[in-house]
Amino acid sequence: MIIHHPLLGPRDAAEFVYLGDASLIERPDGLAENAEDTMYEYVYLRDNPAGLHRELWYHEQGDRSWLVVTRNTVTHEITAVELARDVACDKGRSK
Amino acid sequence: MRYNALEILKQGLTGNKGWTPAWRDPDPKPEYDIVIVGGGGHGLATAYYLSNKFGFQNIAVVEKGWIGSGNVGRNTTLIRSNYLLEGNQPFYELSMQLWEGLEQDFNYNAMVSQRGILNLYHSDAQRDAFARRGNAMHLTGSGGVLLDEAQIRKKCPYLDFDNARFPIKGALWQPRGGTVRHDAVAWGFARGADQKGVDILQNCEVTGFQIDDGVCKAVETSRGIIRAKKIAVCVAGSSGRVMSMAGMRLPIESHVLQAFVSEGLKPTIPGVITFGAGHFYVSQSDKGGLVFGGDIDGYNSYAQRGNLPVVEDVCEGGMAILPMIGRARLLRMWGGLMDMSMDGSPFIDRTHIKGLYFNGGWCYGGFKATPASGYCYAHLLAKDVPHPVATQLRLDRFRRGAPIDEKGAGPQPNLH
Repeated sequence: MIIHHPLLGPRDAAEFVYLGDASLIERPDGLAENAEDTMYEYVYLRDNPAGLHRELWYHEQGDRSWLVVTRNTVTHEITAVELARDVACDKGRSK
Repeated sequence: MRYNALEILKQGLTGNKGWTPAWRDPDPKPEYDIVIVGGGGHGLATAYYLSNKFGFQNIAVVEKGWIGSGNVGRNTTLIRSNYLLEGNQPFYELSMQLWEGLEQDFNYNAMVSQRGILNLYHSDAQRDAFARRGNAMHLTGSGGVLLDEAQIRKKCPYLDFDNARFPIKGALWQPRGGTVRHDAVAWGFARGADQKGVDILQNCEVTGFQIDDGVCKAVETSRGIIRAKKIAVCVAGSSGRVMSMAGMRLPIESHVLQAFVSEGLKPTIPGVITFGAGHFYVSQSDKGGLVFGGDIDGYNSYAQRGNLPVVEDVCEGGMAILPMIGRARLLRMWGGLMDMSMDGSPFIDRTHIKGLYFNGGWCYGGFKATPASGYCYAHLLAKDVPHPVATQLRLDRFRRGAPIDEKGAGPQPNLH
């Protein structure tokens, strides 16, 4: 698979480390009332879709940026690559 | 028809015209006591044990394609019971015991061949870990022998003992490990279940569940709606896809695992050999091909095919212990879907939906578990309590803080 890095262009997926579903960006508040439930769901449960999947890849052998890659899990086709930082900032986070 | 030597002789003398199909091809009935979703090894084993050991007759197995078209025909056919943890090892030992009596039990030649499995170790620390594992195996009577280098040199002189980076120092040997002809396992269980009246419905894809007030009452399939008192999902690899139809999120990711076969060679590898410093395992099939594999690709996939970096990694693992395989050509490679769970261990459990049961999360170790998985799932379906050796394989174990993490890798599915 080739991942089109927004800054570095096309890179071999072997340069990256895979983490998982991009929803992992949205870590729940561990001190909230319902933290036991929300943390359980955050850490352990996954949508695991067959089809488009937004997922986190870390460019370990490159510029060490985190990317959000939109990839089809049935065909391995990659349709979008964003910097995870941009995705997080769009959600209102500071970084 | 019972298969035996006399029958072969009789059929041979009469032109082999009397053989009948090993199972029927019935139409779906509108209702069953139990519908098993998934006609793979585990689903067929569940149907077999439900009908042959627990006295249920009114059962259907629904399968999207043809039986055995998924992982039971894609794995590297290894069987072993050399786990460590309490939640796993007794379960896998039960599986091994069932393998040992399986062919007589279901009257089908599954070519169970206990040629032993050799887990190589390469350092003092790894030797100690294997000694501990061997002791855990002895607690369940599974047998395990710690071999030193000299003993392995005698058994497998062709290994790269003096590898500069990962010298071979010894191995944990389980003599009862080995291989089984995987297709025959699916066929044997299917035939045994069919003979007791189980309907095996092929080309029957589940498209939805009918759930009222938290009770699952029927499955919608491509061949019509089928009602059932209990619906048992058993579709490891596609668990995420199927259970999402029931609105469930699981502690599972689907990943792809590749497997490889070399060209046919003369008998050279006596049993199963695994590399302790990388991920590589190899055995030799009866046709002579070296059957081997390694790590999963590591990203979510439903594609049933992988990518080249892992091919290279697996072959490097092979070359590190068996330099001679560099001379063999790769004949075939393929991929299968793995339910990678959050702790590397499986689930056999009820769900929060009444009447809906779940069996999955087998990671890449489901084949060896086939008989015990079927037996324990049948036990759960028949009695509504888990079998004693499967009491820890529960869906809620993460919420309770009780994962069964053999590797100690944490909730990261692609590391198990």
